[in-house]
Amino acid sequence: MATKFNIDGLKATIEGKEILKGINLEIKGGEIHAIMGPNGTGKSTLASALMGHPKYEVTDGNVTLDGEDVLEMAVDERARAGLFLAMQYPSEIAGVTNSDFLRSAINARREEGSEISLIKFIRQMEGKMKELEMNPEFAHRYLNEGFSGGEKKRNEILQMLLLDPKIVILDEIDSGLDIDALKIVANGVNTMRSEERGFLIITHYQRLLNYIKPDFVHVMMQGRIVKSGGPELAERLENEGYDWVKEELGIVDETVGQEA
Amino acid sequence: MTTQTILPIDRETLAALSQSNNEPAWLSTLRLEALELAGQLELPVVEKQKISRWNLDAYGSYKSSPAIQSLSELPESLQSLVNLEESSNILVQRNSSAVFQKLSAELAAKGVIFTDLNTAIQQHGELVQKYLFTAVKKDENRLAALHAALWNGGVFVYVPKNVDVELPLQAIMLSDDATATFAPHVLIIAESNSRLTYVDNYLSTDGVGLDQAVHNGVVEVFVKPGANVRFASVQHLNATNVTYRRAVVENDGRIEWIIGEMHNGNAVSETMSVLQGNGSSSDMKVICAGTNEQKLSITTKAVHFGKSSDSQMFTRAVMRDAASAIINGITKIEKGSTKANGEQTEKVLMLSPKARGDANPILLIDEDDVTAGHAASVGQVNPEQVYYLMSRGIPKSVAERLIIHGFLAPVISEIPLENVQEQLRSLMERKLGQ
Repeated sequence: MATKFNIDGLKATIEGKEILKGINLEIKGGEIHAIMGPNGTGKSTLASALMGHPKYEVTDGNVTLDGEDVLEMAVDERARAGLFLAMQYPSEIAGVTNSDFLRSAINARREEGSEISLIKFIRQMEGKMKELEMNPEFAHRYLNEGFSGGEKKRNEILQMLLLDPKIVILDEIDSGLDIDALKIVANGVNTMRSEERGFLIITHYQRLLNYIKPDFVHVMMQGRIVKSGGPELAERLENEGYDWVKEELGIVDETVGQEA
Repeated sequence: MTTQTILPIDRETLAALSQSNNEPAWLSTLRLEALELAGQLELPVVEKQKISRWNLDAYGSYKSSPAIQSLSELPESLQSLVNLEESSNILVQRNSSAVFQKLSAELAAKGVIFTDLNTAIQQHGELVQKYLFTAVKKDENRLAALHAALWNGGVFVYVPKNVDVELPLQAIMLSDDATATFAPHVLIIAESNSRLTYVDNYLSTDGVGLDQAVHNGVVEVFVKPGANVRFASVQHLNATNVTYRRAVVENDGRIEWIIGEMHNGNAVSETMSVLQGNGSSSDMKVICAGTNEQKLSITTKAVHFGKSSDSQMFTRAVMRDAASAIINGITKIEKGSTKANGEQTEKVLMLSPKARGDANPILLIDEDDVTAGHAASVGQVNPEQVYYLMSRGIPKSVAERLIIHGFLAPVISEIPLENVQEQLRSLMERKLGQ
C-alpha cells in the first residue's frame, strides 16, 4: 500500500493558547510538500504537534498514517509507525554517545532477539556519515553535545537516513547551514525520495527549495494554510515576499498566539 | 548531663584480640587509646542527616575466615569480578580477614608490597607505623576512633621510588556474615615518581542481618613528590556505611579518585585530598545511587596548601523512591596557596516525587591569587530529552534509562578495570531499573 498521511482539521494549543486553527493536508508517498511562511505563524507548532511534543495539546482534528490514528499513539509509537521529525533544536544528551543512541533507535524497530549486529550497524552508520561528510568521531561524541548548529542538522539527517521513515518532516533544517552544508543535507534528502516516502519541509527561506524541488507549496499564516500551489508559488514568494499574500487575503498580522 | 556511649567492644576483649592476632605493642596501644576516645568523642557533624538515629553500633565480633587456595573457590557472585587468567595482583578479604592474595613476582622483585594490613604490620611494622592514622586521625570523631580500635584485614600498598605499576592492583572485600566485624583499612604509599592504579570492590551477600550490620572503613593514601595514584572503588553493601578516604599529596603529585557508592544501606562518605605540595593535583569523580528509604551523605573535599595546586570534583547522584542524598563539595584554599585552582560540579537527578537531593557547593578561600568555580543542579529527567529520544522510536523506559546511564557515564567509563566497569553498570541497572 502506498504511503498516505492525512491531516484533517488539526487544532492545537500551547499553555491554553490556540496556535493551530484547523490544518488540512494530505501527503502521499513520493510527494514533497513545503510549508512556508513568516516566523510566528505556527509552522513549527504543526511539526511538534504531529510528533506529539508534550507541551502541545491537540484539541481537535484527526491525523492518520496509512489509516492508523496517529494522535492515539505515544511519541515513540508514532516514530515506529514511520513518522520522522528532523528538529529545529535537537536536544543535547550528555553521556549518551551518538552511536549508542542510533543503535537503540534502530533496535526499537526490531523484535527482541533480532537486534542489529554491531558490525552491520557500524557499517551502515559509517556509510551514511560518509555521505553526509561527517567526521567519523561524531559517532563517539555525546549526542548533540557541543555540536555546532550545522553539525546538529547533519546529525538529524543522519538519523533520517538510518531510520528509513515513511513520512519525513523537516523543521527549518536549513537554518544555520552554510551553502555547502545545505547542499549536503539536500542531497541526503534527495537520495531518500521514493514512492514509499512523503516529505513535509518547513522553511521560511526559499533557498532550500532550490536544492529540494517540492511538488506542492503551502503558505501558513495565523495558524492555517492560507494558500497552496506548485513550485512556482515558492519562487514568487522568494521574489516578492509575503506582503502580496497578506493583501490578497486581507491579513494585517500574520502571526498567531503572540502577546499583544 | 553526660550521655553514656555504649561501645561495641570492651577494653579487655580488644586487648586480648590484639594479642591473639600477634599485634605489636604500639598497635595494641593505638587500638586501646582509640577505644577510649570512642567513648568520649561525639559523632561527626553530618549536615541535614540525623545519623545519631542510624544503626551505627552493630559491629559484631572479629571472625577470621579460612584462606582459600585459588580464586575459583570464591563465591560465584565474585567470580565475574576477577579475571582468573590475568589477575596477577589481587587480594580478597572475607569478613574480618584476608583469605587470598597474590602479587606478581615481577612487582615483588621491584620492591612493591601488596598485602593485607595485618601481614604488613608483621613484616613491615616500622613502615606502617610511620603512616597509619596520620591522614585520618583516630581522634577526629567517634566513628574514626571506633575504626581505629576495630579495623581488620585491609590492604597495604607500597610502591618504591620510580616504580611504575602498570596493571591495576585489585582488592575485593566481601561481607557475608552479619556477626563479623567488617572494617577494612586501606593504606597506600606511593614513593617519589612512582605510579599505580588500585581498584577495589566492597560487596555483601543477601545474608541474614547484613542490612543491620555496620561497615566502617578508612582509606589513607600518601602521594609522594611526582607520584601518581589512581584509586577506584565500587561499594555495594547492605550494611550502614561509614567511609573516610583521604590522600595527602606532595609536590607535583597527583591523586585521582573514582568512586561508586552503590550501597543498599545508609551511607556517610567523605573523600578528601590534602594538596600539601606545590603543583599537586586532585581529580575526584563520584557517583551514587539511592533507592527505597536510603539516606546518603556524600562529601568531596579538597584542601589546598600548595602553590599552583589544582582540584577537580565531579559528583553525580541519582535518587529514586524515597531516597535522600546530601551532596557536599568543599573546596578550601588556604592562605599562601597562590595560583591554586579548584573546580567542582555536583548534580542530582531525582526519579520520583518523594526522592530528595541537596547539592551544596562550598568554596572557602583565604588567598586572593586563585581561581575557583562551582556548579550545582538538582532536577528531574528532562522531558525534552525524553521526547527527543522517543521521537526516534525509543520507548519511554529505554529513553529514561539511556539518560540516567548518560548522567553517570562520565564516571563509570573512568573505572580502570573492564569487569569492574561492567559490574558498576549492572549494579546501576539493578538499582535504578524500573
